[in-house]
Amino acid sequence: MRTPLARVRGLGSAKEGTDHFWRQRLTAVANLPLMLFLLYSLVAFAGADHAAVAAYLGSPPVAMAMLLAVLSAVIHMRLGMQVIIEDYIHGEALKITCLMLNTFTAAAAGLASVFAILKLGFGA
Amino acid sequence: MADAKSPAPRPLSPHLQIYAPMLTMMMSIVHRITGAILYVGTLGLAWWLIAAATGPGYYGFVQGVFGSALGKLVLVAYSWALIHHMLGGLRHLVWDTIHGFELPTVELMARLNLAGSLAATALLWGYLLIAGGA
Repeated sequence: MRTPLARVRGLGSAKEGTDHFWRQRLTAVANLPLMLFLLYSLVAFAGADHAAVAAYLGSPPVAMAMLLAVLSAVIHMRLGMQVIIEDYIHGEALKITCLMLNTFTAAAAGLASVFAILKLGFGA
Repeated sequence: MADAKSPAPRPLSPHLQIYAPMLTMMMSIVHRITGAILYVGTLGLAWWLIAAATGPGYYGFVQGVFGSALGKLVLVAYSWALIHHMLGGLRHLVWDTIHGFELPTVELMARLNLAGSLAATALLWGYLLIAGGA
C-alpha cells in the first residue's frame, strides 16, 4: 500500500507481485470459520456410525461448507508448503521436483475430497 | 558469474543454533511445524471423506484406525496443530494490519496463543472423553 506504483509495475522478479501473500491471507481468513466447522463436524461425529456420518456429510449445507473447507485448505496448504520447500531445499532439481509433488499432492487431496463429498451429496 | 557452478565460499549469516531459544522464536518455528502437520492432516481428512463415500465396511476400517490408541494420538496432535495454527494465524492477521509489534504485545500474544491452543485442545478431548465419542 505504501509501495510506490512504479516499483510494483513489473511485479518483482517472479512477476507475481503480492499474489502469493494475498492468496495465503485470503484462504487464511476463509479457513477460520471453515476449520471451526470442520472441527465441530469431527467432534460431533467422532464415534458415529457410517449411516449418520454419510447422512450428515451428504446434506446440502454441510456438503457445500465441506467443499469450501477442503478447497480453501488445500490452496492454503499448498502455498505454505511451497514456502517451506523454497526455504530449505536449495538444489534446483530437487526443489522443482518437490514443488511439483506439492502441487500434485494438494490437487489430488482436493480432488479426492471433492469427489467424495459430491458422491455423498448426490446420494450415490 | 564466469564460474557460476562453484561460487567462492561466502560468509554465512548466523543461523538457529547460535541463538538462545526465545518464546517468540519458538512460536514462529512451531507455526511452521503445525502447518506441516496440518498438511498431512488434510490427507487424513481426504482419507476419512473417501471412506465415508465408499461405504460402511471401509468406513468402519478407517474409523478403527483413527480410533486406535495411535490413531487417537495422531488426532490429538492434529487438533492441537489446527487450533494452534489457527490462533497463530490470527496473530499474523493482526500484524498484517501493522499493529501489535510492541514487544510486550508480541510476548503477550505468543503466551495467549500457546495457552489458548493447549487449553482448547484439552477441553476438546475432555469433552470427547466425557461424551464417549473418543
